[in-house]
Amino acid sequence: MDTAGNLSYLSERAQQARPVQPGTLQDGSRIAVIGAGPAGSMFSYFLLNMADTIALDIDVDIYEPRHFCHRGPAGCNHCGGIVSESLVQRLATEGIMLPEDVVQRGIESYTLHMDVGDVEIATPLNEKRIAAIYRGNGPRNSEPLDTHSFDGYLLDMAQNSGARVIHKLVTDVRRNMDGMQVTSADQHCDTYDLVVVATGVNSRLMETLEQQTQEFRRPERTKTFICEFKLGREVIRNTFGPSMHVFLLDIPRLEFAALIPKGDYVTLCLLGDDIDDELMEKFFESPEVRNCFPGGVIPAHACHCYPRINIRAAKPAYGDRLVMIGDSGTTRLFKDGIGAAYRTAKAAAKTAVFHGIMAEDFKAHYWPLCQKINNDNRVGKMVFAFATLVQKARFARRGVLRMTVNEQRQASVTPRMSGVLWDLFSGSAPYTDVFLRTLHPAYIGSLLWNLLASNMPGHAAEHDLQSESEHRHVEH
Amino acid sequence: MANLGKEYNDGEVIVRQGEMGDCMFVIQKGEVEAIAEANGKELRLRKMGANEFFGEMALFEEETRTATIRALGPARVLTIDKKNFLGGIHEDPSLAFRIIKTMSHRIRDLTDRLAHYEEKV
Ligand SMILES: Cc1cc2nc3c(=O)[nH]c(=O)nc-3n(C[C@H](O)[C@H](O)[C@H](O)COP(=O)(O)OP(=O)(O)OC[C@H]3O[C@@H](n4cnc5c(N)ncnc54)[C@H](O)[C@@H]3O)c2cc1C
Repeated sequence: MDTAGNLSYLSERAQQARPVQPGTLQDGSRIAVIGAGPAGSMFSYFLLNMADTIALDIDVDIYEPRHFCHRGPAGCNHCGGIVSESLVQRLATEGIMLPEDVVQRGIESYTLHMDVGDVEIATPLNEKRIAAIYRGNGPRNSEPLDTHSFDGYLLDMAQNSGARVIHKLVTDVRRNMDGMQVTSADQHCDTYDLVVVATGVNSRLMETLEQQTQEFRRPERTKTFICEFKLGREVIRNTFGPSMHVFLLDIPRLEFAALIPKGDYVTLCLLGDDIDDELMEKFFESPEVRNCFPGGVIPAHACHCYPRINIRAAKPAYGDRLVMIGDSGTTRLFKDGIGAAYRTAKAAAKTAVFHGIMAEDFKAHYWPLCQKINNDNRVGKMVFAFATLVQKARFARRGVLRMTVNEQRQASVTPRMSGVLWDLFSGSAPYTDVFLRTLHPAYIGSLLWNLLASNMPGHAAEHDLQSESEHRHVEH
Repeated sequence: MANLGKEYNDGEVIVRQGEMGDCMFVIQKGEVEAIAEANGKELRLRKMGANEFFGEMALFEEETRTATIRALGPARVLTIDKKNFLGGIHEDPSLAFRIIKTMSHRIRDLTDRLAHYEEKV
């Protein structure tokens, strides 16, 4: 479907005899960034800063209907709010420091809960390396916070670098003879040299774009669940501590569940295959979850949502004068989506400034990163399938628990299982890296030994481990 | 309101000259001083504050730390792992740009100080 005015993704030439505009950014070039989530704001920030280094004078308009200073869903880009260890470090290397009023809590450990016991896995160097943040300005009906939204902070950075924010929803993107035409909900049209789609996967625009051309397949998505429990700072400090609590439970279709402490609230995140009421009921009924809350009682939630998550990348994620970044293009499966938004945003910005803005430029300089992430996600699917096996088999859970507790107890033991679990939960390392580590003979040997030792008839290991882990759990 | 990194008290040593290192650090809050120790004497090389980094040589060479870094008042410092950093550079070489720029400033500063010192001698 390549009628005039419609969007042909791969080629401008499909519609025009020759490109009328130059295929690189020039002084005065205009760029539209649609969406000011992490991908859109970081793209704008990097693009403007890189352009500045080569004295290229460009205009960036960011379209974003949300105001991140609002509390509740209106100001929020619905997510668990974990900024991974690797992203915290990369941002710090870039000179981007997350301010104290953006970080709701510094996370320094993960506590893994299973029916056979729980274990706390500490960060290397016992340092707060992971940030728990709010994407908006806190849950619905929460008291005004003396804190700042993460997305708001990134958008401020983009604005300070020279981007203009237009608080409008974009309803259509079309190619015309002068470049790319962007239409907003008030029917206002504007023409740009480059359009960057950073709308995430919860936007109608992706559907509109898919309907316009057969060349483009939007990302595949699945439904998730997030809610906020108000418990108060003191209770959270005593029950959850600076630890993110993750669950490995035998509940079909549940891939990942976590309770993330932040200020006065704890965020619950359920990821998996179309999270529904039945799955949620099973989750809330499980003693491992109840025992995390004071008195074993799960309070009513203050705010909840069912956002979608990207589980397969858009294809292709670029065209002439068009590129899709963050969740709209490619992201990491179930983990470190904000990290993937940063990586894709920066790669697209570099391509646009130093190489060009045509499909062949994005194919050569942007798409390889997307492919790298996509290939890693394939391995990730295998890793999650393996985790599901552990979830289903009690004897395997015992072995995993025993091995992890022993590693956490003795500093001299190489933390092989702890490292694998840490990277799997935190999303700090590529799935391929995690997978390769599980093939190490020492890892396999130790796992086999722990499987045997923890499942010997009459063996007290499980009890010992439980009390040990309870001890660690209470300690923080 | 919360912090990242690890808290150090006034005078606490974060990095010790002569020790092996495999990470660099970014100051989140407060100030630190870099000190060279020779013949039992201490020479303050520089003072550093929020968002500045130190210990970056350990990311590129397998050598011991060239200076001791001490907190000047309470300071909060974030570790950047070698593996994470080099993995990042491999994917995106521009990640090293800021470090190269700072290292270049430091070489310029040391060259100026050396020239000044030789003039004096
Ligand atoms: C349940 C759940 C938990 C998650 N937890 C984490 C986590 O803990 N850590 C992590 O790193 N990642 C997490 N993620 C993934 C993370 O949320 C995403 O990867 C990340 O938000 C992607 O950023 P983005 O900028 O691409 O898109 P988004 O954050 O979705 O931002 C898109 C922006 O575009 C705007 N927009 C949409 N349509 C239009 C339009 N038509 N016109 C103008 N603007 C528009 C939106 O208002 C929004 O501001 C989670 C995801 C889910 C679903």
